Amino acid sequence: MLMHPKRRKKLLLILGLLAGTSIIVGLVLYSLSQNINLFFSPTDMAQGKAPTGQRIRAGGMVRDGSLERATDSLKVRFVITDFVEDVKVDYTGILPDLFREGQGIVAQGKMNDEGVFVADEVLAKHDENYMPPEVLQALNEAQAASSNTTKTEAQSAKDYPSQEASK
Amino acid sequence: MAQFNWRMPRWFHQMGSPKWFYNFGGLLQPWFTLAAFLLLTCGMVWGLAFAPADYQQGNSFRIMYVHVPAAILSQSVFLSMAIAGAIGLIWKMKIAFMVARSCIAIGATFTLIALVTGAIWGKPTWGAYWVWDARLTSTLVLLFLYAGVMALNQAISERQIAGKATAILAIVGTINIPIIKYSVEWWNTLHQSSSFSLTDKPTMPSEMYLPLLLTVLGSYFLFGLVVLTRTRAQILQTQNGASWLMQHKDISGAK
Repeated sequence: MLMHPKRRKKLLLILGLLAGTSIIVGLVLYSLSQNINLFFSPTDMAQGKAPTGQRIRAGGMVRDGSLERATDSLKVRFVITDFVEDVKVDYTGILPDLFREGQGIVAQGKMNDEGVFVADEVLAKHDENYMPPEVLQALNEAQAASSNTTKTEAQSAKDYPSQEASK
Repeated sequence: MAQFNWRMPRWFHQMGSPKWFYNFGGLLQPWFTLAAFLLLTCGMVWGLAFAPADYQQGNSFRIMYVHVPAAILSQSVFLSMAIAGAIGLIWKMKIAFMVARSCIAIGATFTLIALVTGAIWGKPTWGAYWVWDARLTSTLVLLFLYAGVMALNQAISERQIAGKATAILAIVGTINIPIIKYSVEWWNTLHQSSSFSLTDKPTMPSEMYLPLLLTVLGSYFLFGLVVLTRTRAQILQTQNGASWLMQHKDISGAK
């Protein structure tokens, strides 16, 4: 049984419809891409792509060893980085459980005059890799045995590809 | 263009026959029930109770065994619905429209489960139930699309016209599927990348991955089972009084 010309025409029509709407939606999304991105990376902010004086979201890795906690309040200060540029972040409040150095975070707030990002909300980002604690321990031991380079940072950069992808 | 001589296989046209689909579906149904039950039970018990906890998230990552299958199926079901609708439009197959109609409710349910479990998972890990990032927003749009398809399908009482209208909406709506899938790669999102892929190697050790694989497969069988059951029920409704049905052992009671 051959495919009837009428049906073939209909099939092509449907494919055409799909292609047409894809192009329209694709163009709309492309033109909106600045608004669809949930956060600005430190590089975006350094290049002036992020609006100033407005509430925005900034995202990046918490730099190892950058976390400072105030002793008398919930105030914290840390540096987020995309391994190209750094942004200082101030935050007062309770941090999510997954917040730690070397972890991706997204902070919402405003840039102040001194170039410090004052956040009123901090969300923790986690990657798609899951493992039991014993495996992590074994990995760390193997890593420590083989070399003492700062591998965690290189690994973190790999696990956090959205920065490169957005370029 | 006129040189195309696409030949559809025989089973494709057989699928269009209500009698054939009813009988074939009846044969598959018990096996689908068994497979869905076994895979989902094993996968859920293994994943929720026995798989090791995550090094970072502890036990809260276990909601993945509900969230990931529901999210995968919410997209697969929509795609299946659109393909069935397109077949209905092109070959004027009533059965295809019935299959598309059977997909709506189960797909919307999977989407809702994915959104709710995602919110429950988001609070302890991210620190928020909901964030307007691209992945979450496009999945919410998917739920609205299901609602639209459902409303359109219910609003038109003439089955053939309802089938056509729903098919077109479903086909146009499939644009959202690649957007959901690639949202985590195209844009900055809070949602992590996909941990389940046919081509890449798993992002977790096998004692965490295998239960996930079982629940995903089980969900596919559950979806198949629901579609078979609902489509066969629609065949019974529309073929009311057809001679093959009157003589069928399900109706006449003869063994």
